[in-house]
Amino acid sequence: MKRNFSPRDNYQKTKSAVGYVPLHKATQADYDRVGFKAGLEVHQQLKTEKKLFCNCPARIYNKYDDYDAEIIRHMRPTLSELGEYDGTALMEFKTRKTIIYRIKNETACTYDIDDTPPFPINKQALDIALEIALLSKLNIVGEVHITRKQYLDGSIPTGFQRTAILGVEGEIRLRNKRVRLIQLSIEEDSCREVSDVGHVRTYQTDRLGIPLIETVTYPDFANPDEVREGAEYIRFLNRSTGKVRTGIGAGREDVNVSCRGGTRVEIKGVSHNKWIPEITHNEVFRQWALLKIRRILNKKVKNPDNWKIQHKFLNPEDIEFISEPSILAKENKYKIVAVNLPGFRGILSHFTQPGKTFANELSDRLKVIACIEKPNLLHSEQIEQIFPDAHLHKIKDMMNSNPNDAQLIIWGPADDIPTALETIEERCKMAFERVPNESRKSLEDGTTIFERVLPGPDRMYPDTDSEPIPLKEDHINQLKKNLPVEIHERYEQLRKWKIPEDTYNYILRNNLVPVIEKLIEELGVDPKFAGTLFGHDLKYIEGRHAHSSDFSYEKIYELIKFLKQGKINFALAKIMIPFVVRNSKKDFASILTAIDFKQIPKEDIINEIPVLKKKFKEINKSRNKDAGIHWIMGELRKSALGNISLAELKKIVENTYKTGIPRTKT
Amino acid sequence: MKKNVLQGYKGRALAVLQKFKTRVWSQVEIDTTRGLFKGTILPRSENDDDRHIVLKISSGYNIGISVDTVTSIKEFGYKEAKYKIKEREFPYADDKPNVKLLGTGGTIASRLDYRTGAVIPAFSPGELYGAVPELADICNITTEKLFAVFSENMGPDEYKILAVAIGKEIEKGTDGIIIGHGTDTLHHTAAALTYMIQNPPVPIVLVGSQRSSDRPSSDAALNLMHAAYAAGHSDIAEVLVCMFGPTSDEYGFLHRGTRVRKMHSSYRSTFRTVGDIPVAKVTRDSLVHMKDSYNQRRKDRKVKILPYFEEKVSIVFYYPNMKPDIINSLVDNGYKGIVIAGTGLGHVNKPLYTAIEKAVANNVAIYMTVQTLWGYVHMHVYETGRDLLAKGIIPAENMLPEVAYIKLGWALGQTDDPEKVKEIMLTPIQDDITEREPYNGYLIYQGGVPEVEEFIKKFRK
Ligand SMILES: [Zn+2]
Repeated sequence: MKRNFSPRDNYQKTKSAVGYVPLHKATQADYDRVGFKAGLEVHQQLKTEKKLFCNCPARIYNKYDDYDAEIIRHMRPTLSELGEYDGTALMEFKTRKTIIYRIKNETACTYDIDDTPPFPINKQALDIALEIALLSKLNIVGEVHITRKQYLDGSIPTGFQRTAILGVEGEIRLRNKRVRLIQLSIEEDSCREVSDVGHVRTYQTDRLGIPLIETVTYPDFANPDEVREGAEYIRFLNRSTGKVRTGIGAGREDVNVSCRGGTRVEIKGVSHNKWIPEITHNEVFRQWALLKIRRILNKKVKNPDNWKIQHKFLNPEDIEFISEPSILAKENKYKIVAVNLPGFRGILSHFTQPGKTFANELSDRLKVIACIEKPNLLHSEQIEQIFPDAHLHKIKDMMNSNPNDAQLIIWGPADDIPTALETIEERCKMAFERVPNESRKSLEDGTTIFERVLPGPDRMYPDTDSEPIPLKEDHINQLKKNLPVEIHERYEQLRKWKIPEDTYNYILRNNLVPVIEKLIEELGVDPKFAGTLFGHDLKYIEGRHAHSSDFSYEKIYELIKFLKQGKINFALAKIMIPFVVRNSKKDFASILTAIDFKQIPKEDIINEIPVLKKKFKEINKSRNKDAGIHWIMGELRKSALGNISLAELKKIVENTYKTGIPRTKT
Repeated sequence: MKKNVLQGYKGRALAVLQKFKTRVWSQVEIDTTRGLFKGTILPRSENDDDRHIVLKISSGYNIGISVDTVTSIKEFGYKEAKYKIKEREFPYADDKPNVKLLGTGGTIASRLDYRTGAVIPAFSPGELYGAVPELADICNITTEKLFAVFSENMGPDEYKILAVAIGKEIEKGTDGIIIGHGTDTLHHTAAALTYMIQNPPVPIVLVGSQRSSDRPSSDAALNLMHAAYAAGHSDIAEVLVCMFGPTSDEYGFLHRGTRVRKMHSSYRSTFRTVGDIPVAKVTRDSLVHMKDSYNQRRKDRKVKILPYFEEKVSIVFYYPNMKPDIINSLVDNGYKGIVIAGTGLGHVNKPLYTAIEKAVANNVAIYMTVQTLWGYVHMHVYETGRDLLAKGIIPAENMLPEVAYIKLGWALGQTDDPEKVKEIMLTPIQDDITEREPYNGYLIYQGGVPEVEEFIKKFRK
């Protein structure tokens, strides 16, 4: 008999049985083994003055506690156009959430809170979105139909997002493959969540209604790094127009991941592309683990269709060892329930994600569906032993448990217990069948938690408040004429210029190719210098100094132009840029004064060399034969910057030592 | 009945669909000069142009394809959608009051119509229970659809049918009545029913919704629950309008049918009692009285139905520089009653005097109300007013213009005698005229004032 069952050992054992390898050790063979498949939904805010369907400003964010009024709403599922209730719809209804919207008069109007019908769509936003759709090689629709996409989580006060498809079937070109695009839509951004506790969820409405596009790819990515590359590409493409928003939350990704035999799971709101590999990696193994669990359960349990949980209400004393719920239970605010899960021994501690087990799948759903805050359960296979054996045995006896069973103790407000029990049974029954169709929220440690049941196409309705918008041929042709260069061509261009590869990300992220091109073509700047001036120097400076509000990359162009006109060596720019970044209003001449720059003829500097050489000889104590060159360079550096390139100067100094003559060439 | 397989399509779009032998609900691949599109052909709204085909693509979105760009259409399947609210039999409980829900149209329960893209009502008890199952916790409901018209098409004929139907329901012993109604003219109907149904023993509650029930944030379900509670459980045996108090999902107001008015074109909290306070505040399981005096619910079934209405009545909203021809044309067209919504205390300009004299001489009843909505007509203050009184205009106290219009139609439907009409008009019914205006009867708070802003932040709108 398995007397000494150790949850910790079981976790480790199941982790290796699943074949989990950490991201940095994983190879393509690992991803092929589990059948990694992923697609992306990339959201990007557009840079417009106003919101998409009303005339509120689309750029002001308020602090979460800065509001003028609050409004309470509840969301009910409705019948879709095709006659079905949507899965998510029903789940959200079960959660019976009270939604509170915080409204600031300057950023939200009666449209935003669904007390006024929509105004005509923002044409500026529509054109930017069309431009991006064309760049994405999509087939542009003949007529834009505003559709309502139902969201019952309250993130939009109407209960639906107004959204419309602009193009279908496009593609992007990554380094080694082409990735197909399903569609691109224009939509209104949702509210920002302030809090979600128990049955109350609070949102602020400033971001609501900001024009947003969503680019959706086919699941063509075969490993986590490719997903990231795709996300970067789409982000760069969006930014290449110069008409999209940047900054925190302006671009967000949802990643769809599945393993072979798994299900499309949507991981929402990944705000940093660098998180994508870890998150997708863990998700594919979570699904792989769930399939393993399915095999184990179906072997252990004879008749899964008749599988049922048993439950019994407990007294507060039974969970005394965990203080908070037992106190609430004593005050009669909480009910405590023991639940027996037949045949689930070894499952609750089964690996699902690094540091997480199947029990987390239950706890996550209790929080979201039954609105019971975490911690909301204890179980017989806690990795950390906080459940005293004596209590556990008592509960097993009380439930007449079989040694093969597992037990849970859950607690929460009496009204939520029926939903909680239903939720547990439902999730456990799914474990026999499949990887549940759901959306998950990414956490910083690279794992994910359950967010909601994944909605299907059933949640789409035509928007009866809006007219269809025809997209005329000449308008599309007009937009086509002014498109920026494609991203894969940009990569080509940077390579041709021999700009170091470690700068590409920074350059494309900030859409700097046009300004670099101007530096090269108009001012005759060396391409490599131009590329590293941004990709190394400016990047370094930005990491240390905050931008002044009116800083733009165009300022760097103006600076170089200023230097050229003053016949000042471009290298001085590296010293001037921190001043430009911090205070863009300051004129370049006064920056020169600030850094104490003096214009000295090249010859005068060169003439100093023999004098210094002599001086060095007198003071030298080093045996290093180059010590003199270093010392002279150090002495001349300050006066040389801006007047002569340091590389040139160094050559002259070297020559002086070699030939005695301060000249470039021997 | 022959089924139209090309619903809503006309002209060039129709020709293209026919040319490629395809139809609505076909699953198709459409090749165009803009690329390939795949999806299901949907019906097209009749009011939209004839240059596009509507397609539902697999992600659930709709798109339009310009027919000028189409080079071929290949049909590979067919799937017709059925839209039906889940019908579940409405449960009956002995301990719950019996409420009758009379449908007139409007958006209280509805679904989408493909042809027009509009919302159309759906109303059987089963559908209602499928959509708002909480109703069964409040009362037993049976329903009857009297007609399906939009609010703006409600008129005297409908008022009469409704009044008679309600009389019958009361005789049959119902505990309360709900009338589902579009919101635009909800207050007109409420006034008409107040006059036509005298001394009802049970609550008669009119309810609508400002956001149609095809949207998750709709106020329909909650309004319906509030109305069901008011009809089944309240002891207020009057004609009431039940709509949102604040725009938040918090509680509803019960407004007296003769003092209520729609005050915002789209807000949820659009209905307001004008010149007084609402009768009560209602939730799905509670009711708090706000006014002390109201007609109590009774066991008897004594109700008097007076389904009369003279259609030749009009409202004239006065504006500066109005010419006498406006009044003259009404008189020439045989109108028997005119309600003027005058400026200020109830004024019109001098050039109208001759027209008014002519109207009175022709036995046309003219009543003065105020376009300020709040406050009384007071025609003794200024000379203009005194002149008008002398010409035979009768001040209608603080009756709302729309209410005066309904009342005048109802009065003239019963008698042609000017004195009798006057007696009916000026005898207060259910506070259509009040003896006094309480201080809190007029409250339009002005935004921007710090105290007001503080109040709004604290108590929600
Ligand atoms: Zn707005």
